[in-house]
Amino acid sequence: MKGQNDPKHLIQTTHIAKVFADEASSTTALSDISLTIGRGEFVAIVGPSGSGKSTLLHILGLLDRQTAGQYTFAGEETTHYSDDRLAALRNRTIGFVFQSFNLLARTSVLENVALPLAYSSVPRKEWERRAKEKVEAVGLAHRMEHEPSELSGGEKQRVAIARALVLEPEIIFADEPTGNLDSASGRAIMEILEHLNDGEGKTVVLITHDLTLARRAKRIIAIRDGKIEWDGPSAKFTPSFA
Amino acid sequence: MKFRFIARTSARAIIANKVRSTLTVLGIVIGITAIMLIVSIGEGAQRIILSQIEGMGAETIVIRPGRDPQGPSDFAQTLFADSLKRRDIDALKRKENVPDLVDVAPVVFISDSVSYLGETYRPSIFGWSADFMLSMGSVKLGSGEAFDETDIRQESPVVIIGSKVAHELFAADDPIGKYIRIKGKNFRVIGVLEKKGSAAFFNPDELVVLPYTTAQTYLTGEDHYQEVMVRAASAEAVPRAVRDISATLREMHSLDATEKDDFYIETQQGVIDQIGTILTALTVFLSAVSAISLLVGGIGVMNVMLVSVTERTREIGLRKAIGARSRDVLAQFLTESVFLTMLGGLIGITLGILLGLLAAVVLSSTLNLDWNYEFPLEATLLGLGVAAFVGLVFGGYPAWKASQKSPIEALRYE
Repeated sequence: MKGQNDPKHLIQTTHIAKVFADEASSTTALSDISLTIGRGEFVAIVGPSGSGKSTLLHILGLLDRQTAGQYTFAGEETTHYSDDRLAALRNRTIGFVFQSFNLLARTSVLENVALPLAYSSVPRKEWERRAKEKVEAVGLAHRMEHEPSELSGGEKQRVAIARALVLEPEIIFADEPTGNLDSASGRAIMEILEHLNDGEGKTVVLITHDLTLARRAKRIIAIRDGKIEWDGPSAKFTPSFA
Repeated sequence: MKFRFIARTSARAIIANKVRSTLTVLGIVIGITAIMLIVSIGEGAQRIILSQIEGMGAETIVIRPGRDPQGPSDFAQTLFADSLKRRDIDALKRKENVPDLVDVAPVVFISDSVSYLGETYRPSIFGWSADFMLSMGSVKLGSGEAFDETDIRQESPVVIIGSKVAHELFAADDPIGKYIRIKGKNFRVIGVLEKKGSAAFFNPDELVVLPYTTAQTYLTGEDHYQEVMVRAASAEAVPRAVRDISATLREMHSLDATEKDDFYIETQQGVIDQIGTILTALTVFLSAVSAISLLVGGIGVMNVMLVSVTERTREIGLRKAIGARSRDVLAQFLTESVFLTMLGGLIGITLGILLGLLAAVVLSSTLNLDWNYEFPLEATLLGLGVAAFVGLVFGGYPAWKASQKSPIEALRYE
């Protein structure tokens, strides 16, 4: 766990590439990606669909492996980690928020939020307290025992955020978190993410194709055709692609 | 991961698909029911055999006239139906012929009703020896006295009656000393048998016993016997006694080496062997049913689990993304299939117990067998164990498939 206290970089990639290959052909999804993301940053990764931004998210989120280059996450060189070791690292340090929420049906809000605890070393008796705390933090205390089918889209995404936060991760990956929401709910979700970054100092990586949304992050990394096209403060971002 | 958490997750998945789950486990249900029946019928039959030995005595040998029946349609047994007569009994009684013989008593069956002052009842009427009957140990005299060798020699018109017969004819009155009528002839009741309830194969409560000589002279008018019962010195002496009896009777009937017996000899061991044969056939049949339905049921469970794994690809992906390792997913799906088959096991056990109970009731009322039902604890545990095993075996592959899904492939799946 030496990386947990590394003051400089949470994420560091050097010349990362991802090639999907089968017998017939090979497709280069990412090439020569070198980037660093520091603790407490709020980064938006933008790009049109097919640009490779989802592939980059999967690699940065330890859900997939690069085919070339090196990836150091929280000071740990994860390139050769086993699947189980990656799972444990994700569980401890990463929170995911997905476009389609991915809540378990017929399972209460409280239990959905508690799910990551089941795969952690946190003792059983603490699950409820921790999960309740996060449900309250996203303003759903009155929905604790409800099932996802009884919730609005915005509420579902707040449950997903609570679930992402329940193990106090260092970093939140939000993949098109407002993609399935109306604009009001989308704004509310963005406010929660901003607060997590500003108020609680969490590192937030937002993946989106929506430039208006991306500008609310402090830094933008634009991806096109599997390469970094632009990387800098969002205030200075001038899209060469649209 | 914690077991309670896995158990809840699995139970929820099964309950979410109630109809599918129930249909899936049908094969398991039939298989486990068959196992339950094998064990409970087996145990019941074993108890019957034991009570049979107790009732008749393992040293009892029954000789019947006619040929050994070769099947239900073999009427050869009706030939030579009058082959056992008085002189055969006298020959068997001689020590040099059958040294292991302790006692011998002919039996004459009379199929008729008995009446007393207008009350009529149809019992089993045996012309027999009271001493032989009472020395079998399972039948006791309740009141009055038994007839003896003198009565048999003198063809006394006396009877001993069973408790049910006494109740039907005399209600609360004392039957001793009263006369009952059989085929228009009067017989004096000298004894009443102790109430027994029921017993294997013959029920002393519904018995009317009179000297076999009396029965022949007054009721059948024939000089042959339908059965001759022999008691050997011990159960071990039975095979030797059977050989000696056979040799003696063949000589008495002047049969040469090419001729078949005109009588056949049944031992308790023979009856037990017969029951054993039926039981083995039944066990083999039910085991086959059980094995086939467990196999088919297991394949059904595997199929449904594979469908379930595919349907829940996103769920698996999510679980992996938030930290589930392959073995956590494996444990979850294995638990689910074991729960599923054990649910089938529980239904099967319930059905097995109910059917076993029904079999006990039907067998004891229709066949008048002393078939007691006992809760089959061992069969229950066996059934649960087999069900869980089937779940592990047939749930293994789907669970392994689930555990091997990569989180991104699973999250991308629509």
